[in-house]
Amino acid sequence: MVSAEQLDTLPKRLQAMARKYGRSRVALREKEYGIWQEYTWQDYLDHVRDFCLGLVSLGFRRGDKIAIVGDNRPEWVIAELAAQSAGGTSVGIYQDSLAKEMAYVIDHSDAVIVVVEDQEQVDKILEVRDLIPKVRHLIYYDPKGLRTYTDPWLLYFPRVLEMGREYGRQHPGLFEEMVAAGDGEDTAIICYTSGTTGNPKGAMLSHRNLLAMGDTIQTVDPLTPDDDFLSFLPLAWIGEQMTALAMHLSIGFTVNFPEEPDTVQENMREIGPHVMFSPPRIYEDMVTRVQVKIQDAGWLKRKLWEFFQPIGLRVADARFAHKPVPLTDRLLYALGEFLVFSAIKDHLGLARLKRAYTGGAPLGPDVFRFYHALGVNLKQIYGQTEIVGIAVLHRDDDIRFHTVGTPLPGGEMAISPEGEILLRSRAVFQGYYKMPEESAKTLAGGWLHTGDAGYIEEESGQLVVIDRLKDVMRLSTGEIFSPNFLENKLKFSPYIKEAVAVGNGRTHVVAMINIDLQSVGHWAEGQGIPYTTYQDLSQKGPVIDLIAGEIARVNADLPEAARIRSFVILHKELDADDEELTRTRKLRRGFVYQKYAPVIEGLYNRAKEIPVQSRVRYRDGRETVIETVLQVRELLPVPGQSEESEQPEPRAAGGGGVG
Amino acid sequence: MSEVHLAVENVAIGFGGVKALDGVSLAVRKGSITSIIGPNGAGKTSLINCISGRYIPQQGRILFEGRDITRMPPARRAELRIARTFQNIALFKHMTVLENLMVGRHALMRSGLLACGLWWGPARREEIEHRKAVEEIIDFLEIAHVRRKPVGMLPYGLQKRVELGRALALEPRLLLLDEPMAGMNAEEKEDMVRFILDINQERGVTCVLIEHDMGVVMDISDWVVVLDFGRKIGEGTPDEVRRNPDVIRAYLGDKDLAAV
Repeated sequence: MVSAEQLDTLPKRLQAMARKYGRSRVALREKEYGIWQEYTWQDYLDHVRDFCLGLVSLGFRRGDKIAIVGDNRPEWVIAELAAQSAGGTSVGIYQDSLAKEMAYVIDHSDAVIVVVEDQEQVDKILEVRDLIPKVRHLIYYDPKGLRTYTDPWLLYFPRVLEMGREYGRQHPGLFEEMVAAGDGEDTAIICYTSGTTGNPKGAMLSHRNLLAMGDTIQTVDPLTPDDDFLSFLPLAWIGEQMTALAMHLSIGFTVNFPEEPDTVQENMREIGPHVMFSPPRIYEDMVTRVQVKIQDAGWLKRKLWEFFQPIGLRVADARFAHKPVPLTDRLLYALGEFLVFSAIKDHLGLARLKRAYTGGAPLGPDVFRFYHALGVNLKQIYGQTEIVGIAVLHRDDDIRFHTVGTPLPGGEMAISPEGEILLRSRAVFQGYYKMPEESAKTLAGGWLHTGDAGYIEEESGQLVVIDRLKDVMRLSTGEIFSPNFLENKLKFSPYIKEAVAVGNGRTHVVAMINIDLQSVGHWAEGQGIPYTTYQDLSQKGPVIDLIAGEIARVNADLPEAARIRSFVILHKELDADDEELTRTRKLRRGFVYQKYAPVIEGLYNRAKEIPVQSRVRYRDGRETVIETVLQVRELLPVPGQSEESEQPEPRAAGGGGVG
Repeated sequence: MSEVHLAVENVAIGFGGVKALDGVSLAVRKGSITSIIGPNGAGKTSLINCISGRYIPQQGRILFEGRDITRMPPARRAELRIARTFQNIALFKHMTVLENLMVGRHALMRSGLLACGLWWGPARREEIEHRKAVEEIIDFLEIAHVRRKPVGMLPYGLQKRVELGRALALEPRLLLLDEPMAGMNAEEKEDMVRFILDINQERGVTCVLIEHDMGVVMDISDWVVVLDFGRKIGEGTPDEVRRNPDVIRAYLGDKDLAAV
């Protein structure tokens, strides 16, 4: 047996897994034609070998880059490992990126081959072909609609596999030689971070970085080769690279790919994964789904839920506080598990889950308690692309909502004098591709500078993340608050999809809201309120009342200064295509503040109504202008000058325990 | 593309005093998309009904692949692989998408009642084969996410797609599409056009299309036939039809013409 140290690249791990498990275990599973189709470890290696040799026959050499765009399918990871086997680097691109965004990443990363899924992506790439002169071939794996494309620049995935088999016959042993020549310090992937400002930066991660992460997390949260994982978030995202690639090759569990992006919920239930890692949005959506379903459920089911959920919350709270759970609660909880919780978990596909990780943005404590009440072991992690996703996480027996845990074994954390979180471990990246200055700044002094503000809680020694260093805000009264924190609180309401809190340098906090069209629409139907579009629904009086009620509830839990005094419901949904959200659906705050400056001014000028005009860009590039009037609602008295001077002392207002 | 796949010769049918079709002749080339256009009541659907066998014309004949099918019952025509979709969706609403598509395979099933009932041996193998074909259609039309949903619960645009799927399940050589895009929004129309083009180009299916959206008709048709009051008043390539003064007068109107 070769030690893990010697298996220092991902392809070497793949070879070892194939040697160990051959055809006896399933490496990948994809639902196609309604059936879960399986790839054993040997199949996986065979495909990687053939595709690798196919690439080599097309002139792909050690150090070359391959760019990959597509939904989660075996071909994605096969192409990735094939490039790495040849000593190359893979660059994942989000499949819903615009053509010009794709062109930037492809060209900046110097990719020579691009692998895409289907006609949609082929058309996008063809559109920007002039911008990517270094690309020699475009390989696609779904041929639908591409029969009439005769350009020799395009190659069909199975054709490349065939070329690889032929090349392998002419060059026996070449694949094994190339894999053996691989080094742990080779760059395995370049992960372009979605970047809330400016062009995305390409974080270079070595094989050693990725495997360090995969091997270490196993010592804290062990998984077995019998476990399942469902890969449904973009493979270009570090979280998915970490699980579907690094942890997969380190542990040997099965990675499952859903049939279509639309069937994820169904497939999740069929697979019942043992582990998942998602940004908060996914967990928030599930909560909304459960809440809406329960409102629709019959009388008995609703009553059962209303009876048992508080018990679940009580038990969860006791466990969080490390207090003993009274016997009656334990018995009632067991009954609740039997009658209600197990059924809900089964519906969501969480029945077999050993643990779920959330990271990337703060998750509201309410969402946390919701899952723990159900008996789902949801844990907060902290990390970023530059340190392969997870660097700090909760241990199973010590979960606190406002903290993110302690570093993985072998990792260290520190807080800089400015309050910035610094990290150090073997997973810290090699730098940004072709950006030496940025890299030096981020890695100054041997620490990874995260750009996040935080502190280490004395009592538990756990890390508390406040917000991005640049996003922590201050009212004109000097009180600090975290808009993210407020927004997460608001978004726990099933009726609020997106929220934008404003208050930097102002006397008080105001908010702009996106309603959740599905649940508010449903509610409106129940109330007999007719509506046509999102825009129409958003300005209906009863809808504004509904949202006002939700905000008032959130306000009740907030410190005085952080309370939302007035709000509007925006006339359109914030959208990544309008650059208001990132591709992982994080708010691009600076941009949104600027774009909606007139609305914000209106709120602070205490206008009753705010006329707006906004440009909407459709997927096909067309633009239209929407003109409408937003209704302002004031919830609380707006502080005047006199009130301000009565509270000279700066005080924390939200943000998970600032100050 | 030169071979005539379907020939309609001098067909006439009337209901009481109304002449729905009055001596219409046309030839549909193999592998083409042939559109039939005309104002409401021009006889478009009557013509499709004559081809699919719902109506028997009182005069004239219809030849499919050289064979006279004028008086053939609809079920026999289905066996010849003539499939159609309806203007008003005609699916089994309480059945799932999958079941509706499996019904579409009925004409191709060979096992007898007893063998099917026992679901053993060849009957079972046959069912698996049919299911596979249906799954390919589900994949093609991107309806995997609603596979097990009752059709009646689906939005209209998806139901239209399912109906197209059921027609495809027959593995048609000739596909009759009666207003496949009626009542759809721009995005749904775009999807439908893409599906029809793929069916025509990748599966080599001859398509006869009735459609009111002139943009779509002019974009995708190889040949356009214009009916008015049960008579053919013109035909040709989209460009020729667009320039045909009779057509302009009867149907398009000066303003509409400028728009297309």
